[in-house]
Amino acid sequence: MTTLLLADHDKGQLSAETAKALTAAKALGADVHLLVVGADGASVAEAAAGLDGVAKVLTAGGDALAHQLAEPVAALLVSLAGDYDAIVAASSTSGKNVLPRVAALLDMMQISDVTSVEGPDTFKRPTYAGNAIETVRTSDAKRIMTIRTSSFEAAGSGADAAPIEAVSVSVEQPGLSSFVSEELATSERPELGSATVVVSGGRALGSSEKFKDVIMPLADKLNAAVGASRAAVDAGYAPNDWQVGQTGKVVAPELYIACGISGAIQHLAGMKDSKVIVAINKDEEAPIFQVADYGLVGDLFELVPELTSKV
Amino acid sequence: MKILVAVKRVVDYNVKIRVKPDGSGVELANVKMSMNPFDEIAVEEAVRLKEAGAAEEIVAISVGPKQSADTIRTALAMGADRGIHVQTDAIVEPLAVAKLLKAIAETEKPDLVILGKQAIDDDCNQTGQMLAALLNWGQGTFAYKLEASEGRAKVTREVDGGLQTVDLKLPAIVTADLRLNEPRYASLPNIMKAKKKPIETKTPEDFGVDIARRIEVLKTEEPEMRKAGVKVASVDELVDKLKNEAGVL
Ligand SMILES: Cc1cc2nc3c(=O)[nH]c(=O)nc-3n(C[C@H](O)[C@H](O)[C@H](O)COP(=O)(O)OP(=O)(O)OC[C@H]3O[C@@H](n4cnc5c(N)ncnc54)[C@H](O)[C@@H]3O)c2cc1C
Ligand SMILES: Nc1ncnc2c1ncn2[C@@H]1O[C@H](COP(=O)(O)O)[C@@H](O)[C@H]1O
Repeated sequence: MTTLLLADHDKGQLSAETAKALTAAKALGADVHLLVVGADGASVAEAAAGLDGVAKVLTAGGDALAHQLAEPVAALLVSLAGDYDAIVAASSTSGKNVLPRVAALLDMMQISDVTSVEGPDTFKRPTYAGNAIETVRTSDAKRIMTIRTSSFEAAGSGADAAPIEAVSVSVEQPGLSSFVSEELATSERPELGSATVVVSGGRALGSSEKFKDVIMPLADKLNAAVGASRAAVDAGYAPNDWQVGQTGKVVAPELYIACGISGAIQHLAGMKDSKVIVAINKDEEAPIFQVADYGLVGDLFELVPELTSKV
Repeated sequence: MKILVAVKRVVDYNVKIRVKPDGSGVELANVKMSMNPFDEIAVEEAVRLKEAGAAEEIVAISVGPKQSADTIRTALAMGADRGIHVQTDAIVEPLAVAKLLKAIAETEKPDLVILGKQAIDDDCNQTGQMLAALLNWGQGTFAYKLEASEGRAKVTREVDGGLQTVDLKLPAIVTADLRLNEPRYASLPNIMKAKKKPIETKTPEDFGVDIARRIEVLKTEEPEMRKAGVKVASVDELVDKLKNEAGVL
């Protein structure tokens, strides 16, 4: 049978997370159909059709689906489910919002945050903020799973374009919820989830001005995405979508530079699979040094600008 | 309005857990247990709605072993009015928890059910969405801000690119994210008062819900440990190592 992968996209751009989730979906061993839901689907569908290993792209538009709200998108996925024995999405906020709803409507359990496909029904997933890795086997008739994309390489693109089809079912707006507004940050920076370098700041920054003056120039110089600890986000130094950790984003860049972050387990859960970790902290006992490849003890307000000038 | 809140008893977030050497799971004996942090936020939000006059009654529900009653007591001390404890020693997966909560919602008829967005033990992030599906209600997950009024709730959600606001028809489900509020500590007088608040004890069988697991855990392992690296003495040394040793600059 076939695997259905729900694409993540925003403002007409296919998210880089989808190409990574595709690698996990392909590991199930079946053909993969990629579903693009919502407005501006056309350019996204074209990008999706070029990903290596996509057998078909399905598109679903219409008013009810325009904002990809969980209720109509789940209804759509359930109506398509008969043709598929696996339904997969990235562990993005959108995948996490929609997929459990689909699973419950099908009376199945979802497997969250898959980090490895061990067999057609056997997977690895982290629990306890990544401090215990479970190998799990589902007995449900279908596999409903979200993918921790930082654990998978992105599928390539450039293959012969897969056919694009509009789905034949139509969903009505169930009237349970409606879209009001959104405030999405627009930035020229690489996305946190796909950047090769991430520079993160913690509570030590002390203000959003300092965050901007100290962290941003280093990030600019390295063409890096910017991350933050929960403490920095809670204090308003950085926006919520920069939070790295158990309950924020999970990243695994080539280089992660933690500035003024103590290294709580909840933060480590989001970055400890980075290839190279640098920590800058004035407390030589800070737990972040236990995972850092290179530790620099000292005042970040001196060291980070110096680093910026020397890279 | 009436609000149900779901509170789970989990290993305290400050505990560094240990995986059992035989791979059979995580060591839970003699480990400090607490209310799931996101559920404290859920309770706090419900209590604030009550204090603002928007809600009349708050019922705290927990599914779990005998000691889950303590978790309900904590919710009562924070300001919930009564509790329902679905007692079982089994590990109950999110789908089964959602089915139990659905059964309770059908008799309690709340206007709002508030859950945590994620339990910090299983890290599933599923139960609220599943409950919304089973009840055919709207869902406002990962809530950053909640405004409830007659028949409607406006929920601002933390999403990957920033914030999104949705309007829900009540009854509905909301799941709490970290920044929704800062939960209070229960005061001693309120802890004493909570001892007198009622907790009803039930079992999964009372609701006719099959809690058999769908997912078998074959093995639990420690993650690969990172070795601590080296301390460098200067920025120059760091830049040199990043260029010439790690090759990432
Ligand atoms: C349910 C739950 C979920 C959570 N999820 C997350 C999550 O997803 N992500 C996350 O990050 N946290 C999360 N947390 C919070 C986590 O437990 C920590 O509180 C948080 O990570 C601490 O942030 P911090 O390291 O910036 O602050 P602190 O722990 O206060 O550390 C600040 C560090 O800066 C250093 N410092 C101070 N001044 C200087 C200076 N001038 N130069 C250099 N160093 C300096 C200090 O030595 C210290 O080590 C969660 C907590 C809970 C309960
Ligand atoms: N056993 C339980 N008892 C009460 N509430 C629960 C239980 N399991 C999950 N929940 C609720 O569902 C939320 C999400 O849990 P999960 O889907 O397991 O990540 C939690 O924050 C709780 O509010």
